[in-house]
Amino acid sequence: MFDPINAIAQWLAALLASLGLSSGLVNLILTLVGVLAIASFVLIVDIFLVWVERKVVARFQDRLGPNRLGPFGLIQPLADIIKLLIKEDITPLGADKVVYNLAPILALATVLMLWAVIPFAPTMLGADLNVGVLYIVAVGAIGTLGIIMAGWASNNKYALLGAMRTVALTIAYEVPMVVALLVPVILGRSMSIHQIVNSQTIWYIVAAPLAAAIFLISAIAELGRAPFDLAEAESEIVAGFHIEYTGMKFGLFYAGELLHALTMGALFASFFMGGWRGPFAEQAPILGVFYLFLKAMFIYWVIMWVKYSLPRVRIDHMLNFNWKLLTPLALAVVMFTALTDKALIELGVAAGSLTYSLAMLALNLLIGWITLSLLRSYARIERQRVAAPRPVASPEYSGVAKS
Amino acid sequence: MQYQDWLFIGVFLVLAPVLPAAALLIPRLVAPRKPNRVKLQTYECGVETIGDSWVQFRVQYYIFALIFLIFDIETVFLYPWAVAMDQLPLFAVVEGILFILILVAGLMWAWRKGVLQWS
Repeated sequence: MFDPINAIAQWLAALLASLGLSSGLVNLILTLVGVLAIASFVLIVDIFLVWVERKVVARFQDRLGPNRLGPFGLIQPLADIIKLLIKEDITPLGADKVVYNLAPILALATVLMLWAVIPFAPTMLGADLNVGVLYIVAVGAIGTLGIIMAGWASNNKYALLGAMRTVALTIAYEVPMVVALLVPVILGRSMSIHQIVNSQTIWYIVAAPLAAAIFLISAIAELGRAPFDLAEAESEIVAGFHIEYTGMKFGLFYAGELLHALTMGALFASFFMGGWRGPFAEQAPILGVFYLFLKAMFIYWVIMWVKYSLPRVRIDHMLNFNWKLLTPLALAVVMFTALTDKALIELGVAAGSLTYSLAMLALNLLIGWITLSLLRSYARIERQRVAAPRPVASPEYSGVAKS
Repeated sequence: MQYQDWLFIGVFLVLAPVLPAAALLIPRLVAPRKPNRVKLQTYECGVETIGDSWVQFRVQYYIFALIFLIFDIETVFLYPWAVAMDQLPLFAVVEGILFILILVAGLMWAWRKGVLQWS
């Protein structure tokens, strides 16, 4: 079994124990090292996300993107960081200094915290919480607090408007997200993400494509990315909540946003695409990390694809889409998944088997088809209403003779 | 095992803000600091700001916020139900679904009342 990370951990534990430290202290030091390893690994990935983002955007817009510094422009993000570090740091007059400085820290820190419960490989996971899903939802929502703090403390009207829009977005899309996450919990019989990944011999995207789609849409909304980027609509409120931030403080917001997108990708991969699962991942756990990041990057790319393909939606359309389509759909999916699950178990079909997954897939397709036909009939009624002849004041009907 | 996991979470929660905060300390050492009154003005398209921005204004979506609160709390109740799906008899599953249906009825009522209308 090729498992370098745990081998290093055991070696370190033996080394510390030989120095005569008590077992509790050794435990604490090992935890500290583990936390630092995960956090710095994620932050280093984050630096190169800047490069990925710029390069992919360039390709979507038929440009080359950064290609001067190093091979394929790979050193470009480091140059960006140096530039951000030596920029003057401006705090506007009248800003609430403490909150103003705390907001960017919180924006990146909350995203970082999410990585504590994501399993990287069968033997490599920070914490296997038995309430992992709730932890994700709870900590993920704190990120919004950072944005509100930034908007309020900046003492700028644009920033305040941007922050208020973010709140509207979050309170709308949190509900379908939380409800959609019930489906992998039902399928995996656990709230621990490690357990959910373990039970995915067949990816849950097969058994629950609708829940996956709802989760992805609400994740994009929670990220505040286009088409849901109302919080930073340039044509309306300039830059939104981070309008007054300069230098590294803006950099932290930017890094937090990029990392949040990758985190959502990793969460989507863990919940619906088997996380670290892949060929030989059980034998060589280091491969699991590779598979997880491969899947997370794929979802990240899908999120970017959506971002650069769709125009921004209006706020009332967005709220309608959420409350009148996504929320009822998510609730229906949960109800029917629970019922079908119970029925299949009663019939003697084992949870997670191929028959089980295919039956769930059929159920999802049925619900999807019903939703689409409901939408189609609604669209037909709406089209007729718009196209209906309206009374027009014309000389022929107004009673005035033409002559 | 459980104690170990929560120790990890605790250390992570303490350390996660420290790393970004450390990144904010570097500009304090290397970046120039030459503030003046005009530079520190609040940005508003080049026009001088009129009045305070910390004012009371109508938050149009407070009803949405109330509905959100109800839904979020009730979904938390659904999580234990979803986890225990294996042990639950059919009756309990149906009961959970009735609970969701009451939620849906609330949403429908709000919809009919025109609450879900952005004004």
